Amino acid sequence: MTADTLNQTRQAEQERQHRLKDRILCCTVAGCLSAGAQAVRAALQEQVNTQGKGGEIEVCGTGCMGLCCRGPLVRSLAADVIYAEVKPEDGSALVWGDQSKFEGRVIEPDHPFLAGQRRIILANSGKVDPERIGDYFAMGGYQSLLRAATEMTPQDIIGEVKKSGLRGRGGAGYPTGLKWELVARQPAPVRYVVCNADEGDPGAFMNRSVLEGDPHRVLEGMAIAGRAVGAQQGYIYVRGESPLAIARVQTAIEQAQREGLLGGRVFDSNFHFRIDLRIGAGAYVCGEETALLASIEGKRGQPVPRPPYPPERGLWGHPTLINNVETFANIPTIIEKGGDWFASIGTPASPGTKVFALAGRVVRTGLVEVPVGTSLRTILFDLGGGVPPEYEFKAAQTGGPAGGCIPAQHLDLPMDYDSLPHIGTMMGSGGLIVMDTSSCMVDVARFFMEFCMEESCGKCIPCRAGTVQMHDILARMTRGEATVRDFPMLEDLSALLKETSLCGLGLAAPNPVLSTLRHFRSEYEAHVLERRCPAGHCHIPAATQRNV
Amino acid sequence: MARHQYSGDALIEVLHTAQQLYGYLSQPLLKKIAHGLKLPPSRVLGVATFYHLFRFSPSKPHSAVVCLGTACYVAGGIELMTALRKKCGADTSEWTIAAGRCVGSCGLAPIVICDGLALSRVTPAQLEARIEETHDGGHFKSDAPG
Repeated sequence: MTADTLNQTRQAEQERQHRLKDRILCCTVAGCLSAGAQAVRAALQEQVNTQGKGGEIEVCGTGCMGLCCRGPLVRSLAADVIYAEVKPEDGSALVWGDQSKFEGRVIEPDHPFLAGQRRIILANSGKVDPERIGDYFAMGGYQSLLRAATEMTPQDIIGEVKKSGLRGRGGAGYPTGLKWELVARQPAPVRYVVCNADEGDPGAFMNRSVLEGDPHRVLEGMAIAGRAVGAQQGYIYVRGESPLAIARVQTAIEQAQREGLLGGRVFDSNFHFRIDLRIGAGAYVCGEETALLASIEGKRGQPVPRPPYPPERGLWGHPTLINNVETFANIPTIIEKGGDWFASIGTPASPGTKVFALAGRVVRTGLVEVPVGTSLRTILFDLGGGVPPEYEFKAAQTGGPAGGCIPAQHLDLPMDYDSLPHIGTMMGSGGLIVMDTSSCMVDVARFFMEFCMEESCGKCIPCRAGTVQMHDILARMTRGEATVRDFPMLEDLSALLKETSLCGLGLAAPNPVLSTLRHFRSEYEAHVLERRCPAGHCHIPAATQRNV
Repeated sequence: MARHQYSGDALIEVLHTAQQLYGYLSQPLLKKIAHGLKLPPSRVLGVATFYHLFRFSPSKPHSAVVCLGTACYVAGGIELMTALRKKCGADTSEWTIAAGRCVGSCGLAPIVICDGLALSRVTPAQLEARIEETHDGGHFKSDAPG
């Protein structure tokens, strides 16, 4: 493909869509699918056919629109609204654009859930058919790769990314531009680009939604990274538990190869770049970068000590750039609109936007994308609609098993990479789970410790044995069998794990415990000293209860 | 194996394909893979047992996976698990019951995946009814890929 053909294809597709009277997009990913989206889509298509509107109205599948709790969602592009809780029998009303049938189920663009968002990564998700590359062209897709491959030098690209101030969205927040520069500077003939899509945190589904809703954006970002660091081969490592994301990425790779956007001589330049898909097989630790590389090499996903870091010695010993899905998804927009534009969003120290997955006891669950630094209160109460009236807010959990809890008094804290560590949690990959007063924090800590214990790869002793011991203590606490001596033990073990573990899993495993100990120590004390569970969650046998 | 040029690096891809074709990874199958990729059998077994998604025994006619990710846990996944164990615990020849990691539909928690069909916002009673139904009508169709 050349620059001219890209523009021609783009214009042709835009004109084709313009000629249509309406495009009706049905969400066909995870949440809506389990709510019956497939039947809705089939009913719609049938209505369009029987009413002879095949030439005017196009029905297609699309990615996540965000408001997963009210699925199946259907978007009408002509009316610019989203219909919620659509049933197959609504097909005819949808085809005629009859909004009167959707009392209370029409979501306008000024709905608080949508109006409070700023969408960059999810800009196309829910608006394009992820299985058609033409849709992505019509949205201006692959224009950034064209510029990167033909007009810009690798230094220009890295300069732009550095200017944007983008920080790695996997959780640690390492500046992306610096990482790219480090890889580009290595004196080696072979380099690799790896996309980490092994999103294993329970309660997090951001990466998966991006891959399901707009896979080409990630591929384009990877290809631009390949050009910047001088790599010719990329791998995208997708979690095995997301079959739809795997299928969509595979389709997208094949389409891009057919169009000549991946492979040899991209846009007739001397830049070659291939992307291969690697499927994970269900190991949380593979989200750790060195474990992920081992897994791509066909070995057990066990981490190795760093340094050397992957930018120096990674896949098969060659310099390797590893970034998260969301990081790559930002790249095409940064190249298109410039680093300065990107830096103007969010906070000066962490620019851009962040996707959060809202779940748990909150009225509107789903995916939101907001500027970094937005307060938790805004996200939960303005966008998420708050906690349902019959429950009371207790804490929000961020960062999955490696993160911590944010109690009510810290609701106004800005959500960015630098503020959250001050209260003992972290940004993580973006899972945000709201807990109400019926959740017991000791049991939550035990739950995460159980997760880490099962997912520990067993290579280093602090993690392998430490998580078991910590889980043991926490389990005794929830059964009302612990003593005061268990407190210093728990704290000692936490410190030990944090100081001596080999990789991120072990280093971060004590975080939920430390965070809940810090903010909810009284609950721990109630379990140990009074043998009762204030939340009424843990079943402590009456015989062991003490009257205080 | 030919598609991956008999390269040892492709072991995980080969294991995925083998499991798709045969349903599970048997001892002879693993030995054959080791031979084909010129890897020691210990390495093949080591890698296969490291990852959760590989199975080593034939799967049963029905399966129920209760998601025990954080959101489902908060919404009562444990109660579902207990109900399920009580309901089909004795009937181990028919049902594989497992606890799953987050399936990524946390907006609809709690989730149980019954024979490949994701049931969202389930209550223990609904789940039991579903299992009764399955026993009467055989398999129900699966239209959700997880």
